[in-house]
Amino acid sequence: MAAEGRKEYNVAVKERLRVWRQIPETEKYQEMEKNQDQILNEVTSGEYKYGFYSDIEIEKIPKGLNENTVRIISEKKGEPGWLLEFRLKAFRHWQTMKMPTWANLTIPEIDYQDIVYYAAPKQSKPAGSNDEIDPELKRTFDRLGIPLEEQNHLAGIVVDAVMDSVSVKTTFRETLAEAGIIFCSFSDAVKDYPDLVRKHMGTVVPYSDNFFAALNSAVFSDGSFCYIPKGVRCPMELSTYFRINAANTGQFERTLIIADEDSYVSYLEGCTAPRRDENQLHAAIVEIITEKNAEVKYSTVQNWYPGDREGRGGIFNFVTKRGLCRGENSKISWTQVETGSAITWKYPSCILRGDNSSGEFYSVAVTNNHQQADTGTKMIHIGKNTRSIIVSKGISAGFSQNSYRGLVKVHRKASGARNFSQCDSLLLGDKCGAHTFPYLEVDNLSAIVEHEATTSKIGEDQIFYCNQRGISTEDAIGLIVNGYAKEIINKLPMEFAVEAQKLLQISLEGSVG
Amino acid sequence: MLNINNLKAAINGKPILKGINLVLNAGEVHALMGPNGSGKSTLAAILAGREFAKVLEGTVSYMGKDLLEMPPEERSREGIFLGFQYPTEIPGVSMVNFMKTAVNEHRKHRGLEPLSASDFLRIMREKKELVEIDSKLASRSVNEGYSGGEKKKNEIFQMAMLEPRLAILDETDSGLDIDALRIVANGINKLRQPDRAVLVITHYQRLLDYIIPDVVHVLYDGRIVKSGDRDLALELEEKGYDWIKKEADKSKVYE
Repeated sequence: MAAEGRKEYNVAVKERLRVWRQIPETEKYQEMEKNQDQILNEVTSGEYKYGFYSDIEIEKIPKGLNENTVRIISEKKGEPGWLLEFRLKAFRHWQTMKMPTWANLTIPEIDYQDIVYYAAPKQSKPAGSNDEIDPELKRTFDRLGIPLEEQNHLAGIVVDAVMDSVSVKTTFRETLAEAGIIFCSFSDAVKDYPDLVRKHMGTVVPYSDNFFAALNSAVFSDGSFCYIPKGVRCPMELSTYFRINAANTGQFERTLIIADEDSYVSYLEGCTAPRRDENQLHAAIVEIITEKNAEVKYSTVQNWYPGDREGRGGIFNFVTKRGLCRGENSKISWTQVETGSAITWKYPSCILRGDNSSGEFYSVAVTNNHQQADTGTKMIHIGKNTRSIIVSKGISAGFSQNSYRGLVKVHRKASGARNFSQCDSLLLGDKCGAHTFPYLEVDNLSAIVEHEATTSKIGEDQIFYCNQRGISTEDAIGLIVNGYAKEIINKLPMEFAVEAQKLLQISLEGSVG
Repeated sequence: MLNINNLKAAINGKPILKGINLVLNAGEVHALMGPNGSGKSTLAAILAGREFAKVLEGTVSYMGKDLLEMPPEERSREGIFLGFQYPTEIPGVSMVNFMKTAVNEHRKHRGLEPLSASDFLRIMREKKELVEIDSKLASRSVNEGYSGGEKKKNEIFQMAMLEPRLAILDETDSGLDIDALRIVANGINKLRQPDRAVLVITHYQRLLDYIIPDVVHVLYDGRIVKSGDRDLALELEEKGYDWIKKEADKSKVYE
């Protein structure tokens, strides 16, 4: 792509950012409130609104996991030998491992032989092609609010849509390619950019990292791959939408994002699944690498099916997300809004290797009914003058348990390291739990590490004050919770922020009274 | 508009209101005075629907409806406004968001469309002038970090926004300096209307220098022991509550 075009893109991005920053806080709010009535309707009418199942013809392999399963998956994807070797090594390592038990979670026994490890919607045409995709698939994503036709899509957002084990469509691939940006499904990347994948895959999260990382490395099916070349600021939000559809199937996706020197990308991830009485397993890996002066902003709105009010069903969400700030002055920022899943085990982390690099973690985790979440981050300071910020807001309701677990580690060579952590918990009702497990390991005396934590309850007097102004208790809680989480929600791109606000309200529906 | 008949209420089993009778008509301003612990705030709380006090006996009818049957948000939407003695802080919820939600709930109740953002902001600007409130207030969280005076001004501002039929102002003058008192009182005066009734609860007559009440009631030991015109307030200022207490206690002996 010509330098000129690239410049144009950069100008476009700057303009978008400039405009967004100029909007006063109050107006950002008005923008978000536009759909208020709609939100209220959804709150009153809806529990989990993505719980539908699409009757799509699927191709499944038999249940169970052994070396042959791994080979079949690799073969289905037409993978090169080195990747099959990687998978097999991971599988053999996994067999020697045990499920971790240190988290503050009560996890029912998972029978790994009772899971289907590969399920793909049958398509007449291969994914990623420009041709029409299966209308039923298209309808599914339409219902989820993710139109797959480029002309219908939200301005400025590129989508990779993944259902069960395969990517069904990546939009705007060509447009991005003009800027030298690669954004495609992981499977396509293995075929089209094998050197890039081979060079970086597993360098941030090695297959031996943990039980679920090893499992994922053995059986991962699809996911997204993104490469931003030197000096390019990606002009559009890149996003991957993950959908579990098939029953008794696990989803094991893998995402790899590489931001070369002086580049920037904002990446979004959304996830939903049908309502079912059985639990389903989701074990993903996300790896991010930023080179000198590069920045990656990674936002997640996690809304897997959380199970019903009695705690039946729901997704078990065991995810390893980690970013490596390899170059100096590089930056990785994680923002997550976690409302779904029966069990969440997830610690998006930053390894701050480059000097002056910085890591951020902003999180809102909501648990209601019988949900359990053990989530947080790790900030590993290795380079000099590295900085990290952690802001975690937990909201617990019903009978749920919500834990923050975070590690701040300052290496002995990391002089001038700086960390600030803030962990707040909000309790609704008296049957739920909020827990904080901060770990600090500081081996350099020049480091400044701060930790603040608060626990609060929504006060009866606050609710009455709202009531007296004509606001119902349910809406009052929505207002207060959204206010509490505002600091995090504001970090999300606008389109997602609106969605996230609605989600917070819906997730806490019925938590009062 | 408001008709309180033999209202008796208790907190934790302890009788606080011992038979209140009060009639408030549209267009009237009544002042409710009385020493500490006489039950003024309890009465305000019961009218607004706060549940800490238990109603034992009596009725309250508002616009011909049984007020005690309505949930608090319904009372608000039907036009009852309580100016809080200690306004609650709600961190993270901006005043503009809070007020917009409240105003639109009221509109919905009346079958009206929600206000557009620009209309809402325009009305908000107008009403803010009424109580000379800082225009930065809109983007701040509800009552969070406000000074005592700002909190009370903010109550009157909300009253102006919600345009109630019946406003109950619970010690709106407490904690105000002279300037703030004048501003708040002027704000209330501007909101006096033929179709609106106001019940002003206060310890001191000084607020009534600005807001001239039609009727003054003295509450003592859970009963209204004396009612009169504005001069009653002046008399109280001069003599204190003791003579009223004595009078009331004497009559109790004869009961």
